[in-house]
Amino acid sequence: MTKLDIQSGQAAPRLGVPDRDALRETLQKQGILIAFALFLVGFSLMSDRFASWDNVSTVFRQVSIIGTMALGVTVVVITGNLDLSVGSLLSFATVLVVDLHDQIGPAPAILVMFAATLLIGCVNGLLVGYGRLNSLIVTLGMLSAIQGLTLIYSGGQNVDIADQEGTWFAVFGRGFLLGLAVPTLIFLGLAVAFHVMLTRTSFGRRVFAVGGNPTASAFSGVRRARVVFSAYVLSAFTTACAAVILGSRVMGSQNNVGQGYELLVLSGVILGGASLLGGSGSIPKTVIGVLILGFIQNGLLLMGYPYYAQWLVTWVVIILAVWLDVASKRGAFFTRTS
Amino acid sequence: MADTLASLRRYMVIPPIWLFLLACVAFFSVLTDDFLAPGNFTNILIQTSTIGIIALGMTVVMINGNIDLSVGAVVALAASLSVGLQDQLGTLPAVVVGLGSGVALGLLNGMIVWKTGVDAFIVTLGAMIGVRGLVFIYTGEQSFFAMDFAYSDFGMSTIAGLPTLAAIFLVFAAIMHWVMTATVHGRNAYAVGGNREAAEHAGVRVGRHMVINFMLVGFCAALAGVTLSTQMGASTPNLGRDYELWTITAVVLGGTKLAGGAGSILGTLGGVLTIGVLRNGMNLMQVPAFYVLVVMGVILIAVLFIDARVNRRGAGELRL
Repeated sequence: MTKLDIQSGQAAPRLGVPDRDALRETLQKQGILIAFALFLVGFSLMSDRFASWDNVSTVFRQVSIIGTMALGVTVVVITGNLDLSVGSLLSFATVLVVDLHDQIGPAPAILVMFAATLLIGCVNGLLVGYGRLNSLIVTLGMLSAIQGLTLIYSGGQNVDIADQEGTWFAVFGRGFLLGLAVPTLIFLGLAVAFHVMLTRTSFGRRVFAVGGNPTASAFSGVRRARVVFSAYVLSAFTTACAAVILGSRVMGSQNNVGQGYELLVLSGVILGGASLLGGSGSIPKTVIGVLILGFIQNGLLLMGYPYYAQWLVTWVVIILAVWLDVASKRGAFFTRTS
Repeated sequence: MADTLASLRRYMVIPPIWLFLLACVAFFSVLTDDFLAPGNFTNILIQTSTIGIIALGMTVVMINGNIDLSVGAVVALAASLSVGLQDQLGTLPAVVVGLGSGVALGLLNGMIVWKTGVDAFIVTLGAMIGVRGLVFIYTGEQSFFAMDFAYSDFGMSTIAGLPTLAAIFLVFAAIMHWVMTATVHGRNAYAVGGNREAAEHAGVRVGRHMVINFMLVGFCAALAGVTLSTQMGASTPNLGRDYELWTITAVVLGGTKLAGGAGSILGTLGGVLTIGVLRNGMNLMQVPAFYVLVVMGVILIAVLFIDARVNRRGAGELRL
């Protein structure tokens, strides 16, 4: 049995090896940051175009959709739940906003899309929060149901926007402000807002409390159901924002455009060090996790590797990142199970 | 006598999903003319055999309290290898390599879960992405066609009136049922999932046990990839996409708990057939395929909801 440190709730450091403990603590707390820095240095050494402003801003723009979705999913994961429905939800929201754009105009389209998407988030929240059902299965069912809804709505047809040059809707995906791409600004702006919400408000503290210790938080008067419900609504909200970026950038949408995004987004969140058990995770680290995914893709492409090589590297990186985290908490690299 | 009855009840207890399955069968029999036709049942069996074979392995892994998200990618890997290598190696060795790839990947997943202690969800999530990448690199994003017609003939063949693929699924299900109810390995699977520490203290070699199960589910996924490609006489790099989600749906419908320690092959068989019957019946009723997705999602959540209400454990649990 490991002794628990009462204040941090983590395994107490063994006495007598201060240097290794300090190293371990740094690795544990800032491992993702160190890995990120090593990545950047490595890639910059191997490709001279990598570290250019153009390239870096391109990567930020590329990860903005997954990154925006990851913000909401981070909140859900901190409460100790999963949201596998965000990929389907992204397809649904993008098809809806693009299709409605030509029928009722950009602003009403965005409003209707947000209302519909948040409504689906509420269904998730009701089932997992108030219904106390297993989040993996609920959102798996919703993944299928929302996919069906999208197809029923569009009749299986792809949708697109007729007047792609004239509409101000283009600004969300293609615009630039003060030299920065609007998708990047939306992503980083929302990231700051979510960070403040999680670290500076009582709602944020309740999110961590519910995920970290449900029983204790319940006795302290935190209403788990309400917090979890809000988390799913926030997740739907960030997905809706991502849909605006995606729809505006592509000016059209396929019915399955978000297929597989749920697990990519989750990889970013996990790379950022959020535990699937809940109670831990942070927005800046999720942003870094998503950026690592983006920079892996970008760096490998610049070095001339085939497109799919990034998926192999992602495989290794995800497992290594979580392994380091688990190992530093355990104080040993390997388990002792026989 | 009472003991015999009790043990009979323990083994013969029918998973509730079978009642739902019966209701579905009755429903579609009344509403459509063709549902009860003899050819239709073998049809359903063939259609469900792919997901069904994977679900058998997944059941054991989930009873362990683990999960395998990489099965869909393994389906594509095994199919691509066993079709793509036919020219160089000959058909049978190519199939062996395909099946071997699944077992090897299961070994890798299992060893990582065992030795590093990283959650199986994360390990297999990574593998799902990585193996899909491997498939795309290996195939060069191309579909492969089986030049050996014996390969695609196998997918169409029948044994004693039953399609071979359906027979493979049913025989495999029977074997797995036996393993889970009558062998030490099966008993250990429940023990590890129910209380891992207790199982460890009782002398179960938990790590090795879990590795075997990951190899089993890897084999199942690879076998499903091979049978699927014999059905089509071809393989595509996108084969098996979303299969992990369908498989988990079938297993959960069958009553296996995500937390581990509970579940059965009989239940999984019921879950798999339920999905097959629903899809087939709704097709016969000419319901557009889009609605089937919605219905499947709603049923999955409804089953979870009913299960939670009926089998609520720890009624004294704090509710807010």
